Amino acid sequence: MNNRNFRDLLMALIPFVAFLLALSIGTFLIAILGINPLEAYRALIKGAFGSFNSIADTVVKATPLLFVGLGICIAFRAGVLNIGGEGQLVVGALSATIFCLNFPDLPGWILIIISLLIGLLCGAIWAGIAGFLKAYFNVNEILSTIMLNYIAAYGMNYLLRGPIMDPLQVQLGSFIPQTARLSRAVDLPRLIPTRLHFGTIIAIAFAILVYILLWRTTIGFRIRMVGQNMQASRASGIDVQRYMVLAFILSGALIGLGGAIEVIGVHHRIFTDGSVSGFTGSAGFNGIVAALFGQLHPIGTIPASFLLGALLTGANKMQRVVQIPSALIGALNGLIVLFVVGSEFIRRRQSRIMEKTPEIKGACKINQNEEND
Amino acid sequence: MEAVIVGIIKSAIRLATPYLYASIGETLGQLSGVLNLGVDGVMLMGAFSAFYTVVRTGNLVFGLLAAIIVGATFGLLIAFINVTLKAEQGISGIGIYIFGLGLSSLLFSVLIGTVQTVKGFAPLPVPWLSGIPVLGEIFFQQNILVYGAFLLVPLSWFVIYKTPIGLSIRAVGQHPEAADSLGVNIVKIRYLTVITGGILSGIAGASLSIALLNVFQQNLTNGMGFIAVALVYFGAWKPQTVLTGALLFSTVNAIQIWIQVKGINIPSDFTLMLPYIVTIIVLTAMAKRHVRPPKALNKPFERGE
Amino acid sequence: MTMKKFIVFIAITSIFVLSLVLCVNAEPFKVAFIMPSTVNDFAWSQSMYDALMTIQEEMGEDEFQFDYSESMFIVADAAAAIRDYASEGYNLIIAHGSQYGSSLVEIAPDFPNTSFAWGSTANVFTDQGITNIFAYEPLAEQGGFVNGVLAAKLSQSGVFGVIGPIETGDAKHYTEGFKAGIESINPDAKINVTWIGSYSDVALASEAAQTHMDAGADVLTGTSQMVVGAIGVAEQRGAYWFGYDVDQSSLAPQHVVSSVDVIWAVALRPMIEMIKKGEMGGKIFTLNLENGGLKIVVNDEALVGKTINDIIQGKIMLR
Repeated sequence: MNNRNFRDLLMALIPFVAFLLALSIGTFLIAILGINPLEAYRALIKGAFGSFNSIADTVVKATPLLFVGLGICIAFRAGVLNIGGEGQLVVGALSATIFCLNFPDLPGWILIIISLLIGLLCGAIWAGIAGFLKAYFNVNEILSTIMLNYIAAYGMNYLLRGPIMDPLQVQLGSFIPQTARLSRAVDLPRLIPTRLHFGTIIAIAFAILVYILLWRTTIGFRIRMVGQNMQASRASGIDVQRYMVLAFILSGALIGLGGAIEVIGVHHRIFTDGSVSGFTGSAGFNGIVAALFGQLHPIGTIPASFLLGALLTGANKMQRVVQIPSALIGALNGLIVLFVVGSEFIRRRQSRIMEKTPEIKGACKINQNEEND
Repeated sequence: MEAVIVGIIKSAIRLATPYLYASIGETLGQLSGVLNLGVDGVMLMGAFSAFYTVVRTGNLVFGLLAAIIVGATFGLLIAFINVTLKAEQGISGIGIYIFGLGLSSLLFSVLIGTVQTVKGFAPLPVPWLSGIPVLGEIFFQQNILVYGAFLLVPLSWFVIYKTPIGLSIRAVGQHPEAADSLGVNIVKIRYLTVITGGILSGIAGASLSIALLNVFQQNLTNGMGFIAVALVYFGAWKPQTVLTGALLFSTVNAIQIWIQVKGINIPSDFTLMLPYIVTIIVLTAMAKRHVRPPKALNKPFERGE
Repeated sequence: MTMKKFIVFIAITSIFVLSLVLCVNAEPFKVAFIMPSTVNDFAWSQSMYDALMTIQEEMGEDEFQFDYSESMFIVADAAAAIRDYASEGYNLIIAHGSQYGSSLVEIAPDFPNTSFAWGSTANVFTDQGITNIFAYEPLAEQGGFVNGVLAAKLSQSGVFGVIGPIETGDAKHYTEGFKAGIESINPDAKINVTWIGSYSDVALASEAAQTHMDAGADVLTGTSQMVVGAIGVAEQRGAYWFGYDVDQSSLAPQHVVSSVDVIWAVALRPMIEMIKKGEMGGKIFTLNLENGGLKIVVNDEALVGKTINDIIQGKIMLR
């Protein structure tokens, strides 16, 4: 193994070092609160990987992160910031649920396929609104997607406390804002008898599809061109506006699909506590983090989502076992994001140094010659 | 009817105050090329610091100072991560948000623990002006942080467009290479704007916890910081238009509360949507095709690129 | 075996069995408490936390212990927590929130020796063959009615403001009770209701309170943790406040007239007894005025404080 491979390995480890540095500050905070940090971190790892059930929980948590991450990959590659993940997840989930509630007698597999398609379509439309407004009216997408998030949340509240409230709730007089449980026929098949569901396989399949789209099709090439250099794309005849809208539509489609899968794979109904995060688990934001940790590459987003899911699941368990305030978990999550995103600097610096330093180049050459002898 | 209109305008002015501080702070940062999505987290830390200081010392000025110091510290952290470490600004902002939310909640849990109110900044009538019928009641009997927010608009306009440093800030955001070759210290300017943005976000939080609401609870801001960032885009990076956006959003919010209070038969969820829908529609209708963000926004500066 | 050895054998066995029984009884009753907000939210979760602390004081720490997980508003995380606590042998798991019901339906059958409780609801899923879920439901409309009657007697403007989160569940019941209570005293009362669409938006709650008062209200009420914003306005502008969930007078002692304190212990005590006897679920515990599950806590300082003050200051001349 020559110097170059060793350096590559070191660089790949930098985010992990950053992660550990953040954890060490967390250790300090935990210790101040009078809790044994070792016990805390042991619980973290156990919570994420300690048992079959834990791993299932991690993967189930990672699945919507992957869907959102894939959507973000497409959007960010086209140069548009899609912050509307939360709203698109909800719109996808709601539309799929409403369809299933209204056609309870269709066979299960038809319901599954159509409701997923409907979720995909509605998510696409919801994001498409932001895309259209940006492309043709120069309405900044950060503004429109954030506003659309709120509109989706209030729309969900309206539906859940009225038109699609579980009739059982009305009958019992408790008026809990949730829909009826969807029929078991629509449950996504389980992979193993745990909470692992088929949606994870769908997510991974789509990751591959997104890769193919972005790097093996003309459409994908143009999307990436628009993101890298809008002027040049326009000059070479690409309809920049149309591809911006397309990027949003594809992004929302993936995220909407993720929302629909959360319903038929995990919750089997929709509920609210006013905000959407009770249902989405803030995947609309965490998915952005996953995509960026995955270097905006659909295949890279798979392990990134998995690790982020592990972190979130493990942190949950840690809170329970050592009884630390959940706010500390939040602060720790934030620190980890900051450290990892800040550590990119060192990686970039290292790779630049490697390319520019003649001594290292020379050393690599000598090594190669020695190996060839 | 007149009472309703007076009530709406007064509500709008109060509601707009935190948005004004935070949005103008973010505008400064973005004008120099730095995006910070973590405004909400800094607002929460500012809100908590001010509240805790007032609980402990009873002194409102100290509380405001605490918010300023904490806001500046967070601004420093954000500048370090985004400008020196050249991190991906979209994500680092989300990291700041999650961190600020978690830390403020944790500190509240550990240091205070129970919900309580403080005696915050009381309404401060402006001499003579507050006596004007109707207008006096609406505009000149607010508390000092409200006045500060509205005075910030002409002040920031002046700094941005009429001072050398404002010119530098805009140059750094539009043509960093050119500014750099003319001897402008890009890093220093960006640190300055981001720290100022942090201070203003901290004051925004304080305006909630020790002036308008006089209470602190976990996640007090409830996502206000993100709306503030959105308003920067509405405002097209101009303080006067940011003011328009903040007032538009807040006025529609005030109107929707009145619609509910008056018992007009629209489901509350739809009236709650109104501020958001109207903001999008108005921005679309303004059809600002020619407006572009600062060219260097969200792009770390590398000499020689 | 000789007689002597036999007696010793019996004695030792008896002591062993007796101590086993005593040991089993000496195991503390362990409760896990999962909530969507925090123990100091001054509303929903705090009231259950208070109840658990009360039970702990009554039964003693050797007999009763509880652990809790706050801010479990993400239902998937709460489900993982419930499952975890169940696997660790807690006797009773309280999933304090109406959004947790479907999670319980999935988890409860896997842990037949653990008891689960949730609310506010009247559904124990016996129709799905589940026998280890309890439910608890406060009759919020009763508390609302009493508050309403008191409010109607105190109000001088005849205009009342309600600041609610979302029009569902306890909030809906409380508001309807409050309105009925007022109308029973003053049929011409003007009762304005705003729903702010969130359980936590303190700023919007505060602004809604301001608007209610601009519309003439001198009495305000509402539910959920965002009301702290509204109570602040009541204090600042001199309105009466009527609270729900916990005694809210500490926040504004001269303005909070009465609060509907929900005494969850009234449900928890019999629930714990049932579980100890082996009955793991199937009962719905109602909390109302009759069984002490709802307690109206009246704050004299606010109720008559102003009147007393007026007399002392000579604003009311009696002789």
